[in-house]
Amino acid sequence: MSSSPRTSIALDPRALREDFPILGRSVDGHPLVYLDSAATSQKPRAVIDAEVAFLTNENAAVHRGAHTLAAEATELFEDARATVAGFVGAAPEQLVWTSGATAGLNLVAYAIGNATLGRGVPESVRFALAPGDEIVVTEIEHHANLVPWQELAARTGAVLRHIPVHEDGQLDLDAAASVIGERTRIVAFTHVSNVLGIVNPVPELVALAHGVGALTVLDACQSAPHLPLDLPELGVDLAVFSGHKMLGPYGIGGLYGRADVLEALPPFLTGGSMITKVGLDRTEFLPPPQRFEAGTQPVSQAIGLAAAVRYLDAVGMDAVHAHERLLERRLRDGLREIAGVRLLGDAPAERVGLAAFDVDGVHAHDVGQFLDSRGIAVRVGHHCAAPLHARFGLTASVRASTALYNTTDEVDVFLDALTHVRPFFGVGA
Amino acid sequence: MSGLESLYQELILEHSKRPHGKGIAEPEGAAATSHQRNPICGDEITLQVRMNADDTVRDVTWDGAGCSISQASASMLAVLVDDREGGMPRAEATALIDGFRTSLRSRGTIPIDEETYGDAEALSGVSKYTARVKCAMLAWVAFEDALARAS
Repeated sequence: MSSSPRTSIALDPRALREDFPILGRSVDGHPLVYLDSAATSQKPRAVIDAEVAFLTNENAAVHRGAHTLAAEATELFEDARATVAGFVGAAPEQLVWTSGATAGLNLVAYAIGNATLGRGVPESVRFALAPGDEIVVTEIEHHANLVPWQELAARTGAVLRHIPVHEDGQLDLDAAASVIGERTRIVAFTHVSNVLGIVNPVPELVALAHGVGALTVLDACQSAPHLPLDLPELGVDLAVFSGHKMLGPYGIGGLYGRADVLEALPPFLTGGSMITKVGLDRTEFLPPPQRFEAGTQPVSQAIGLAAAVRYLDAVGMDAVHAHERLLERRLRDGLREIAGVRLLGDAPAERVGLAAFDVDGVHAHDVGQFLDSRGIAVRVGHHCAAPLHARFGLTASVRASTALYNTTDEVDVFLDALTHVRPFFGVGA
Repeated sequence: MSGLESLYQELILEHSKRPHGKGIAEPEGAAATSHQRNPICGDEITLQVRMNADDTVRDVTWDGAGCSISQASASMLAVLVDDREGGMPRAEATALIDGFRTSLRSRGTIPIDEETYGDAEALSGVSKYTARVKCAMLAWVAFEDALARAS
């Protein structure tokens, strides 16, 4: 089920687009220009076909039953795990299926809460929080990597602190060095912000966290679809990503963990498929990853996600990154030229293809509506990062984000349309 | 008229640029406020109703930030109430809110009547854009809530 990555070959987005049926449609008579891949990516035929093929030919519940279909489904399901784990540099047993990044982060937060209550295996005590212990996040997090930690802090008496962000979008590493201290037990942060697009300095933050013995949790949602990713090499203890943002189906994602971390972590959801021995009054749990996979699993989605990462691997993540860097530069350079446009966090930095901005005098919702009338799909609002928007004095912004299938022509269509927004709404000269 | 122009009629752009009733009046007599927020886009409004002694609505004033549709809608509501000589009876206000909601949720099948709604008729086009219905409703939901609070 593996494929050999083609690296260092420039990709041809026009050829790739043929693989994505939806990119051929039009909106209100205009060809669709899809610049909202940071919200969810479009799916290649290989992914759609993989799900359909499984449901057509092998569908059965996995890890139970002795019939042929059950055996075939289980094999495909576990092959999918190995494929997706390999995509992020991990071993199969280091990858837990979740319904997505939000579920993965909640799994970790609740598992730590359970460890705090004395549940789990004997080694789980290493995660137990005491009142006054500190959980550190950053000011730029998606709500999914903020709210679960707020709740964990409230349940355990831990204190939630944050690493601030500079006006230019870079995390304040000087502040990080003082915020992360001897009471710090968890440092949770994003690899790439879904608003800024900047690739954050993971090794530096991991070094600060590990220097005080804290657990690191990485949100890799916006990096996994766009960069070559090797989670063990990044040195993080735990990481999450969402399948639907990386060409895969909805309802599937991954939680990666270092082997010793996953082995010591108590379960969150409990029930069928995650046990070794169940009595009426007590239960013993399976080792990872099954310990964290209670109940019927999203099998066709896992197989679809494996097809997605095979597709990405075949294109080559180096080529994807290089192509999106090209798009990102054109996007950002073009936006800087348009009167009344203010980019959020415009530091020179390594980025993915993403830019969020404010249009002076026109609300983000109105900008999005105008662009939609020309077939251009962007995201408007706070992008589930309200604290970051508050930091920039905004309640909402417009975000254009790319994927491997976008062309420079599409970026130009978007930039041209944007120049007409303020005149349409009668703002500016 | 293109789709975009039927949504953003001139009246809407006018009201959003020069909104009526923006800036909350001194609370005199029976007055109540409501704060409403659209969690999707972060738009928010604080709206106050002031009541006359006979329990009719004296005026509506508001403050908030949001898209042109939400700002225009709040402004049009303020004008509608203002134009009712001698105050708007509570029952009429409730009926107006219900009718407005019904039109906006009709996916373009029930237009907003100009006779009854004045400038707010221009918001008829919003009902075809389901993602924008909440923008247009925000002030009216605040009005409904404030009315319920005003004894």
